[in-house]
This record gives sequence, structure tokens and C-alpha cells, in this order.
Amino acid sequence: MKTVVVNPIYRRRLWVHRLGIALSFVAMAVGIFFLLWILGTLLIKGFGAITVGMFTQTTPPPGDDGGGLLNAIVGSLMMVGVATALSTPIGILAGIYLAEYGEESWFAQLTRFVTDIMLSAPSIVIGLFVYAVYVAHAKHFSGWAGSFAIALIAIPVVVRTTDNMLNLVPTSLREAAFALGAPRWKVATFVRLRAVRAGVMTGLLLALARISGETAPLLFTALNNQFFSANMNAPMANLPVVIYQFAMSPYDNWRSLAWGGALLVTFSVLGLNILSRTLFNQKIQS
Amino acid sequence: MSANPFIATTGQKSSDQRNAFLGRQQAAQAVIASEKMIEIMRNQRWQDFIFHKVTLGFAFSVLLVLVGIIISLMIGAWPAFSEFGPGFITDVEWDPVNDKYGAMIAIVGTLSTSLIALLFAFPISFGIALFLTEICPAWLRRPLGTSVELLAGVPSIIYGMWGLFVFAPFFADYIQPALASTLGQVPLIGALFSGPMMGIGILTAGMILAIMIIPFIASVMRDVFEVVPAVLKESAYALGCTKWEVVRKVVLPYTKTGVVGGVMLGLGRALGETMAITFVIGNAHKLSWSLFSAGNSIASTLANEFAEADSTLHVSSLFALGLILFVITFVVLSAAKLMLRGLKKKEGLK
Repeated sequence: MKTVVVNPIYRRRLWVHRLGIALSFVAMAVGIFFLLWILGTLLIKGFGAITVGMFTQTTPPPGDDGGGLLNAIVGSLMMVGVATALSTPIGILAGIYLAEYGEESWFAQLTRFVTDIMLSAPSIVIGLFVYAVYVAHAKHFSGWAGSFAIALIAIPVVVRTTDNMLNLVPTSLREAAFALGAPRWKVATFVRLRAVRAGVMTGLLLALARISGETAPLLFTALNNQFFSANMNAPMANLPVVIYQFAMSPYDNWRSLAWGGALLVTFSVLGLNILSRTLFNQKIQS
Repeated sequence: MSANPFIATTGQKSSDQRNAFLGRQQAAQAVIASEKMIEIMRNQRWQDFIFHKVTLGFAFSVLLVLVGIIISLMIGAWPAFSEFGPGFITDVEWDPVNDKYGAMIAIVGTLSTSLIALLFAFPISFGIALFLTEICPAWLRRPLGTSVELLAGVPSIIYGMWGLFVFAPFFADYIQPALASTLGQVPLIGALFSGPMMGIGILTAGMILAIMIIPFIASVMRDVFEVVPAVLKESAYALGCTKWEVVRKVVLPYTKTGVVGGVMLGLGRALGETMAITFVIGNAHKLSWSLFSAGNSIASTLANEFAEADSTLHVSSLFALGLILFVITFVVLSAAKLMLRGLKKKEGLK
């Protein structure tokens, strides 16, 4: 139904409308374009660097050929593991408090406000904080310090998702549990928390994704280690900092390893993101 | 009842005796039961009390961390502030060799890169949010929305590497000459677009930041656009408005607090962004009108110098920079949260 528009005012409005919609298309295309550009670059430059050696050998000395990222991968896994083990109970219990006891009280509102700020607070400042309270007193960089720093970044994510998810549980479910004589802590954990465990898992995975790629807070907490070390009390190699150091170096071999590591980190982080989303969507639909 | 062994063994006795016995038995059982009940309830009350206090403690620890951050940064920054006074903030000199420090270059670098980022990110995020809420067919909504959010998931160090090795050379070869020959010739703003075209510098850092904060702003905008009651939009359509007019004159005015909140949230992210900036800003302690020139931001200065800082004053000055950054982001993010909270209240009333 093609109609010829004769009214000049309406014609002008129509053109403004078309222009606006077209620009919106362009904006969407720009977003997708940059995502594909970045991922494409990573695949092209990083794929060649991914070899068996990358997972079995430690970081090479400057100028050497070969080598891998074994110490960095192990270091990252250990620190992220410790950080997750620290932040999960703290985050979930704090989230339970906010939803179960805090509700709309001023203390709960203040805590929510603060966690929201901490969610977006500059991660390098968290690194400074851990340096000031831990590294400066212990007088050495360590894997523990790195774990604490990234745990502090993960906690607000877990707190907020737990709180939000618990609030989705219907009141009738809680009332039914109370009517059966269950104590409050049991209702909070075995009924309310259990009803939304998929949602809480989503939060944990998102937190994991967030901290896996964090570099800034590790720069002066865990520092780096050229050699293989599983000692959490000593400076520890980790993927993000190794990528940073190697990418900025003049050696081709180091740069190539940096691209390999970058590919590894990005796709694990994006994989975690997608996993948490599908998990969440499935549970919400069922 | 027949399963009760008591009845089976007392079957010979008269029914009277049996009933009396049963009554006593029941009363005794009731006493024991109520004692047990009280015992259980007392236990449960204790468990509840402990559970309440434990969860409260963890919630409180979140608050303590914030207070701890502020206090530890203040203690760390104290020597620098007592040495340089409030002039620390406005001084442009940053000279580790002579132990003289001023924060102005880093502050200007942080603010200018963030503002450039907002300038690019705001219209693009608006377009994306508009596309996802009003234009996009339903089946494409989720994949496109997810891919935009994946852009937020990419670690910032990856943006840095991509920016340094891919985007900066491209920028130096194509965009900078084009900008210099067009905008660079305009009298007043020409100085902004002149100078050596190395690809890295304030402008490149701002552009990379823009890409990084687009997903944050776009997702807040999308959320607030979805809050607009359908009745309002339908009324506007019924009056003959085009889709663009509905967005421009109904959706946007209705959600303006939320939109500004989203933009502030993006700004908060941009201010504190570290690794991406460190790669592409050039890390030079100098102030220049040219957006092509290398500079430094607060976060990039910290990332570059903190691990190697030796003198007490140097470390303390870096702490002072961290404190300034934290205060700026805290204010910006608080404003964002307050604006977005107002919107949630509106959502509840509807």
C-alpha cells in the first residue's frame, strides 16, 4: 500500500522518522561490528599461538623461542579458585541478610547502595587498598593478596544477584514453610535460597567471568612470577598480567604468546557469560 | 492404632483400666512432647539468632570494605597532601626524578578521555537501545541483546591489546589524517586535531573507552525504555505520531532520569577504566591542547608507576591520585544510583 504523501509537513516528519530509524540501525551495526572486529582479531592472531606447548611449558625468558603459559594458567586458576571460595559464602550470606532480614530498613538500603557503587568502582583502587592493608604489612607481593583483591571485586556481584534473586521467591512459599514450623534460617536457606539456586549460580558465574579477566588489581598485589610456583605466599604468575607484560614487550615470541593467552582468557570469560545466561533463561522459562 | 504394641499387650485388661492407663500415658507423653517442643524451639531460636547475626556480620563487612578503602587511601595519601597541600590537585608537574608531584595532568587525562567516550557512546547506545526495544523483530532481540552484552564481558586488557595493535595503526593511517585535514582546519577547534599522528593518544583512548561503555549505557537505557507504559505509546501512535516521534517525545521525556542515570553509570565505568587506557594513551606526563598527543590518566599512572615507585613521596602521591579517582567515581556513581532509584519507585507505582 504505497501512498503518495503530499502534505509537506507530514513528508518532513516522515523523513525525520526514517533518518532516526536508519541511524538506530547504524548504531546497532556499529556495536556488532566492533564485537566481531575484536573477536576476529583475537582468533586470527591468537589461534596460531595455541599449541600443546602453551599448556605444558612455563613462560620463556626474554628473547627465547618456544615456551608456554603453564605457570600463568595455573596461577590464574588458583587465585580465581581461592577468590571464588572466599566470595561465594560471604556474598551469599550477605545477600540473604539483605533479602531476609534487611528488606527496606535503612541499613539494608545503605548496604545495597554501597554494593552497587562497589560493582562499578575502579578495580585499580581495590588493588591499592589490598596493597595498603596487606602487601605493605607483609612486605612482599603474594598470590593471597591477588586472591583477596579479586574476591573483593566478586563479592558485590554475588551479593546483588543473590539479593535480587531471593526477592523473586513468592511469599506464599515462605509462609507455607513457616506454617510447617520451620525455623527462619531453614526457610531462608533450604526453601528460599533453594528455590532460586539457578539464579544464584548465574551470579556466581558472572562474578567468575568478571574476575577471570581482571588485570589492574593484580598488578601490585600478585605481581608476576617468571617461574612455576604454586606457593600462594609468593609472587604469582597470572594470565592477565603476563598478557600485559608480554604484549608490551618488543619480542615477537612473547607477543604471540600474549595473543594466545588473550584468546584463551576472552573465550573462557565469554563462555562463562553465555553459560550463565542460558542457565538462567532455562530456569526462568521452566 | 492397631500398630500400637501397647494395645496388643494389654488386650486382657478391662476397658476402664485400659482407658485410664492410656490417659495417663498420653498426658505423660504430652508433657515429654511439650518439653521436647520447648527444647526444639529454644534450639531453633538460638539457631535463628546466630544465623541472623552471622548474615548481618557479612552484610556489615561489605560496608566496612568501603570505609576501609577510603581510610587506607587517606592514610596513604597523607604525606603527599601534607607536603604539597591542596596545590597537589592543580599542579601540572609530575617529576619522579626531583620528587615533585601534581595531579592536574592525570585528572585532565581521566576527565577528557571519559568525556570523549561519552560523546561517542551516548548516541550509539541510544540507537542500540531504541533498536532493541522498538524496531527489532522479537526473534532477533535476544541474540542481538546478548552480543551487545558480550561486548561488556570482554576483559579490558583485550580492548587494550586490540586498541594498541589493531585500532591505533588504523586510526593513524585513515582517521587522523582525515580529521586533521577537515576539523583541523577550523579556526577555533583546529588545535584539538593537530599534531603528530601516532595513533595512540587521548582521542584513541576515548574512542576505545566509548566502545567499552556502550554496552553498559545501552543495557540501562533498554531497561528504562521497557518501563514506559504501553498506553502512553499507543496514545501517541493513535494521534498519528511516527515511531521516531513516539521515541523522541514520549519515551525519552518519560525516562529522562533513567537515561541520565545510565549515562552517569557509563561515565563512572569510563573514569576508572585502567588497562585499556594504559595501552593506548601513550603514558606521557604532559598537557597539550591536541587530542592526538599522548597523555596520562589517573588509572594509567597508577598501573605504570605503582609497582616501581621507590620514594615515599612518590608512593604517597600515587595513593593521593587513587583517592581523587575514588572520590570522583563515587560521586558520579552515587548520582547515577539516585537517579535510577527514582525510576524504580515509579515502576512500582504503575
